[in-house]
Amino acid sequence: MSISVNNISKHFGAFTALDNISLDIPEGELVALLGPSGCGKTTLLRIIAGLEQADQGDVFLKGDKVTDQPVKNRQIGFVFQHYALFRHMTVFENVAFGLRVKPRRERLGEAIIRKKVHDLLSLVQLDWLHDRYPDQLSGGQRQRIALARALAVEPSVLLLDEPFGALDASVRKDLRQWLRNLHHDLNVTSIFVTHDQEEAMEVASQVVVLNHGRIEQQGSPSDIYDHPANAFVSRFIGQTNVFDLDEQDNDWLQTAGLSTAHQKGKIVHVRPHDIVIEKSSANSDAFVTLKDWQHLGSLIRVELVKNGSAASVYAEMPNDQFKRLHLNKGDKVDLRIRHAHWFH
Amino acid sequence: MNAISATSFLASKKLTLSDPDWVRYALIIATLGVIGLFLVLPLLTVLIEAFAKGWSAYSASLTHPDALAAMRLTLLVAVVTVPLTTVFGVSAAWAIARFDFRGKSLLITLIDLPFSVSPVIAGLIYVLIFGAQGWLGPWVSEHDIKILFAVPGIILATLFVTFPFVARELIPLMQEIGHEEEEAALSLGASGWQTFFKVTMPNVKWGLLNGVLLCNARAMGEFGAVSVVSGHIRGLTNTLPLHIEVSYNEYDFVGSFAGASILAALAVVTLVFKTVLEWKQNQDKRLKAKG
Repeated sequence: MSISVNNISKHFGAFTALDNISLDIPEGELVALLGPSGCGKTTLLRIIAGLEQADQGDVFLKGDKVTDQPVKNRQIGFVFQHYALFRHMTVFENVAFGLRVKPRRERLGEAIIRKKVHDLLSLVQLDWLHDRYPDQLSGGQRQRIALARALAVEPSVLLLDEPFGALDASVRKDLRQWLRNLHHDLNVTSIFVTHDQEEAMEVASQVVVLNHGRIEQQGSPSDIYDHPANAFVSRFIGQTNVFDLDEQDNDWLQTAGLSTAHQKGKIVHVRPHDIVIEKSSANSDAFVTLKDWQHLGSLIRVELVKNGSAASVYAEMPNDQFKRLHLNKGDKVDLRIRHAHWFH
Repeated sequence: MNAISATSFLASKKLTLSDPDWVRYALIIATLGVIGLFLVLPLLTVLIEAFAKGWSAYSASLTHPDALAAMRLTLLVAVVTVPLTTVFGVSAAWAIARFDFRGKSLLITLIDLPFSVSPVIAGLIYVLIFGAQGWLGPWVSEHDIKILFAVPGIILATLFVTFPFVARELIPLMQEIGHEEEEAALSLGASGWQTFFKVTMPNVKWGLLNGVLLCNARAMGEFGAVSVVSGHIRGLTNTLPLHIEVSYNEYDFVGSFAGASILAALAVVTLVFKTVLEWKQNQDKRLKAKG
């Protein structure tokens, strides 16, 4: 295991930030710590880095117990949400910092440092900015410099705190892809913190979902999406329709093709793309009406209402398929549920 | 529509800014008049009085052993207090900006105390502590340590009135800059000292220099607190401000104004330094922001 944390707890006054967390991260993974704000994800990252002390529990990096080691001995690279570049140094000096503060006998020669820094700046495609100051760079450029600076000390693990949190949406999209590729090339075990589930699913090879200081689920993105461990994960990752069941719901669920005979709970979650709709014949006793729809690019999100219910049900289908149905607002539709998750 | 409202807005702004000429000139003349009357004229008087009996009298009164002793003592006091105040200011600002602890707001208020208390009281505090009837008076005299009416007392009193200067400059600055750059330095393997000298200090250096400069000016010019504890012993415990007063009281006008001219020169030098500092700082900023 490249990174392990054992039974970590952390309190801030009466607030429990982390509640007995244990986590193992194998070598070479790119892991997302995902959760709503206040769930403890940044605290966990800072404890792994040594920027925060846990109340109890241990941290292991590459098998070594580092719980009592200060941050400077942990050989980690840390990237801050607001970059934390040294504002009085040029881009070059920023990246060289970690190499220049090494004890004299470990320090590289000046020529090697120069070459290394320029190589790193080329890696993040910003060598042409080497003599600028951080104030003169855009947010995306600053974040890439911050990453180059963290990589300069050849960290055994790379920790990123909301790395795209302070960036524009379009820059964020580009950087996500870029980070994924960079990780693929460097293969250094990395953890990044995010509250954006889309970002986690897109970038990470493993996702750890946190809530209220506890781990709700850990797995690959498809694992977490297809097999959510509980109602929280199911709701937090992707879109889902939530049905709180009582006796009367049996009928329409049966009609929709979902067997309630061996139901495994009181709550049913259905992904919008697991709902199939068809135009019903004029004389049918269909109980669902099409209320509206929205274009989501290649998909259409269809808003449906059940007779006698105020809540909307959402279904998603490809654009062309929707066109072939020739539906209008107010049309009665038949509805079929292909797959559902049951929770207690 | 937008363009129209924007231009009319500009026009109205210009209108409100252009006061009638007589208002402009009246205000400028009033400002210059007050500055002339209360700043330039007294400074001129100091110089005129100092040179009233010619250059030789001026230089003779400045090279008088008592005057030289006063200048030496003033320099000594500044040399001792400024570094101490700087160390205290940096550590206090560090503690307040970096840590959360009980009584933090009380500490911030207390740091301001010397600004709000009359310097005479600052001096009296030491008389009450180290005087013959004071708490530590008997112990001090038993061990043959001289504090009151001696150099240590003068230094203590000066420390009391100057210790907020550096801290006051640094606290808001360090609070604004935050902790992240230092955390970044530590994560890159820097030691605590490396972080302090390579990251923290460069970020606050202009504020620090400004604080040191003001502190130095005050340390050399302090009168009230020092006057209470000094005992006015000529050639021994008179600082330059005290020397000026003593000379004046003895009708040695040339001597007192000659001393005053030195202090005035110090004030001018301080101002020049401060201006240069601000200019350098702006240039620094412009250099880094140039896109």
